[in-house]
Amino acid sequence: MADLHTVNKSPFEKNSLEAAIKFSQAGSAILLIEDGVYGAMKGTAAEGMVKDAMGDKKVYALKSDLMARAIKDDRLIDGIEVVDYAGFVDLVEANDKVQAWL
Amino acid sequence: MSDIKKFMYLNRRAPYGTIYAWESLEVVLIGAAFDQEVSLMFMDDGVFQLVKGSDTSASDMKNFLPTYRTLGDYGVRHMYVDKASLEARGLTSDDLIEVAWEDFETEEEVDNIVEPVDADQVAQLMAESEVVFSF
Amino acid sequence: MKLAVQVNEGPYQHQATDSAYHFTKAALEKGHEVFRVFFYHDGVLNGTRLTTPPQDDRNIVNRWVELAEKYDLDLVLCVAAAQRRGLVDEGEAQRNGKDATNIAPRFRISGLGQLVEAAIQAERLIVFGD
Repeated sequence: MADLHTVNKSPFEKNSLEAAIKFSQAGSAILLIEDGVYGAMKGTAAEGMVKDAMGDKKVYALKSDLMARAIKDDRLIDGIEVVDYAGFVDLVEANDKVQAWL
Repeated sequence: MSDIKKFMYLNRRAPYGTIYAWESLEVVLIGAAFDQEVSLMFMDDGVFQLVKGSDTSASDMKNFLPTYRTLGDYGVRHMYVDKASLEARGLTSDDLIEVAWEDFETEEEVDNIVEPVDADQVAQLMAESEVVFSF
Repeated sequence: MKLAVQVNEGPYQHQATDSAYHFTKAALEKGHEVFRVFFYHDGVLNGTRLTTPPQDDRNIVNRWVELAEKYDLDLVLCVAAAQRRGLVDEGEAQRNGKDATNIAPRFRISGLGQLVEAAIQAERLIVFGD
């Protein structure tokens, strides 16, 4: 049973990413969208938390939101997969349900 | 009517500062007519929604704390509260309202369906839900 | 797949309705069915026909209307949320004694039961909010 967790807020603004990581089970997918994509950046205070999560979960970030926020590929934490909206739809289909962490 | 699904209403925001707490309750009330398997999950500032003693007389806002106490009559069998969220806010279950539940067919009664749960239980309960509403 | 989408925020103030729109469009283009898009909280503000966004920016309301037209999408504004925020169609104007309507075409105002029904009928509920 694997769920897709969407996180749309920056980890420096709210605890939504932290909560999504804490309460999602191993094998889950976490998709960062909107301001949530700031959680995908290397070298931040949130990097450790995200890398730990990647030990048993897959983390994705939405391309158009990264681009709008000037987060280039070389600033992303290694192993984060960039997807577009079509990829977002595929993630919804591939997982059992979607849980939004607002 | 379709199959019965496990619904979870996820509440992470405090009451009154924004409308999300109240409007999410409205979905629960309307949802009762659909006879799904309903539980509510309170975490982060959402735990403040259940704190006893709210008095809105000086705020000119509708006090909706009494509505939570009726949820047992609206098909809600479980109101889960994240323990760590309570602790971080200096709260215990004594600070929270109690909500009674009765199954009118089997006459099974539960004095209080407000139930603190630990992180593993929260994760498990969420994973077992088929639909999660976020507000 | 049959999908249901919930939009919790109004146009421009939050990105939620943009994300919901692009997601819904991508899903439809892939051949999925979107059973309903349900607008709740300030999301009902997506249903006003009276916005005049700047010419050089996206027209959020029109985008939803065009998508609805192209795919026969069911766009529903929650009646309770709409009443609180002043979104009015003919029926609501008559019932509540309002002297105007402001609802955009292709949107309809209906009860919260429509959200619950969508969650039951669809295989996935995707929520976009603040």
